[in-house]
Formats: sequence, C-alpha cells, structure tokens
Amino acid sequence: MSPRPPEPPFREPPPQRERRTPTGDGKPVDPERLYVITGGTDGTERAPLDLVTLIVARGDPPPSAPPEQAAVLRMCRTPLSTAEISAYLNLPFSVVTVLLGELLAADLIQARAPVIRGAVADRSLLEAVMHGLQKL
Amino acid sequence: MDYKNSEAAADATLGSVHIPGPRAEDRMPDTVTSAAKIVIVGGFGVGKTTMVGSVSEIRPLTTEETMTQAGIGVDDDYGSDTKTATTVAMDFGRIRITDELVLYLFGTPGQERFWFLWNGLFEGALGAVVLIDTRRLEVSFEVIGRLEERGVPFIIANNTFPDGPRYPTDELRGALDLDPHVPIIECDVRRRASSRDVLLTLMRYLHEMALHPA
Repeated sequence: MSPRPPEPPFREPPPQRERRTPTGDGKPVDPERLYVITGGTDGTERAPLDLVTLIVARGDPPPSAPPEQAAVLRMCRTPLSTAEISAYLNLPFSVVTVLLGELLAADLIQARAPVIRGAVADRSLLEAVMHGLQKL
Repeated sequence: MDYKNSEAAADATLGSVHIPGPRAEDRMPDTVTSAAKIVIVGGFGVGKTTMVGSVSEIRPLTTEETMTQAGIGVDDDYGSDTKTATTVAMDFGRIRITDELVLYLFGTPGQERFWFLWNGLFEGALGAVVLIDTRRLEVSFEVIGRLEERGVPFIIANNTFPDGPRYPTDELRGALDLDPHVPIIECDVRRRASSRDVLLTLMRYLHEMALHPA
C-alpha cells in the first residue's frame, strides 16, 4: 500500500463574499472611470482642496503673518501637497484646509489642482504613470 | 534674575531647533504641476502601511482627520444625540512620475468603516489596491463591497504569507465574487519591486478600462 499523498494546503474552501452594485446615493459614481484635472489655479470658482492639491508659496512670509501661516509659507517654497502640510504641521486635514483657505484668499499661496478620476479621458496620463513606475 | 530673557532665549532655541517641513531630499522640484492618488485598502494588519513604505520615495508620513458623525458609534443606546468623534489616520508616501507629475499612495491602519467618510479620498483616486491575506480573507469583504458601491476601480493584491492557505486564482475569484476582468496578483509588499508590480497591474487595468469603457 502506497503512502497517502500529502493533503493540498487549500483543502478548506475560503469564506464566501457577496457582490455589491454601485448605489449612486448622491455621490457621483462615474461609470466610465475617466480622468480630469480639476478647476483652475486662479479662477474665481475655487475647487475644494484635495489631499493631493499642491501648494506653492508666492513669496516669503510677511512679518505680520501668524506663526502657522509663516510655517506653511516657509515649507511651501517648493510644492507640497495638503496632506504633507498636514503631516508636517501635525494638524488635522480639515484644520489645514482652513489655514490654506486664508492664505489663498490673501493671495499668498498658489494651489495646483490634482488629477482625479472624472469626465475627460486621459490615457496618456496612465501611460505616463506606468512609464514612471517602471523606472522605480 | 532675568526670567524674561531666559524665556526669550528658550524660545529662540526652540525656534531654531524645530522648523516644520520636509527634509531637503523630500522636497520636490517646482516643475511639478499636478499630483494623482491611489488608495491602498484592506483589513487590519494586511500590510497597507508596509506597502506604502516600500514604494515611497519620501519618508512615509501620516495625516489625520477628526470624523464626527451622529450614530456611527457601536454603542449608541444612550439617546439620540450621541456623536462619536474618531481620529482617522492615514499613512502616505510619494513617487515621482515625471518632472511634472507625482503619485501619492494612501494607506490606513485599520478602522476602514471610517475612512470612507473622508470626502474625496476615493472619488478622486485613480483607483484602489485591495490587499488581502488568505489567512483572514473575510476582513477584506467590507472594503471590496464599499468600493463596488462607489464604482471605484480596484485590483486584488494577495500579500502572501508562508503559513497562509494557497487557493487557486479561480477559487479566490469565486470566493471574493469578482468579475472575471478584475486582476488578482500575488505579492510580497515588503519588497519594493513587488509593490511596484502591484501598482503597475492597477495602472494597466485602468488603461484597459479607458480603452474599452464598459
């Protein structure tokens, strides 16, 4: 009698999930899954700040700037996302967006809008990302 | 005694020691005009933070948000005005794609039911990576369902562990109840090349969808 073959390690069936469908409960669910660059950087209609909106200071902090504003202006001499500003200041994201809103209103910073999944197809963007990742 | 001066001296010392901001090597050039984001999701402890750390070109950072929502707490039996404030933390990293474009990766340590309240996180993301651990497959069910409800494109990345059960891909697809076109890839997120391949799989999938919209 030959020895019994080893049990395959996947003897027990995995647990079973049930699929869901898009709900469209007031949230924009885009079936075409395309891409758009939001809003302008100096338009009158200002898009809400995203975690990856890039912030750049327009100049050195004015002497009158409160400490948090001065800190933002100093760290944003080169572009930084709002998420990074939040991390470096150790402040919640919503607090940082208020702070940045004040700086935008005073025209002390520039906001560079993020690329988001939206209404305009942009395969070249995806190709650029793939190419960039391949170099990593 | 001159308390005033010593206080001023202490302040000056503090000021010079700690100026918040990126390290010189974590600054990005002024040529960068836009950023995109990808979200890494999955149950507690499947390796999201590890993956962010293994592919990020900057020291991984953490941002947080305080979520307040009525009735979201588990034990809201004590009247109607129970409001629960929860701090949701997200780890993130950054990869330079071109001189003009950077990619951010967001992951979060646990409490996935809260981060779907973070407005714009998923709607704005190019797509999502669902990390799974076959030892605890069911912890990913909730996030996969949430992504389906929101119409966020995602791929499955099976972060393999030596002691995890190995299921054939078809059986895994069946258990997760996924469309045949949703990619499933094995990975070891501790390795940068493996994490990079996961991101490439997501981008190829998104590219395919852009070519052939459903």
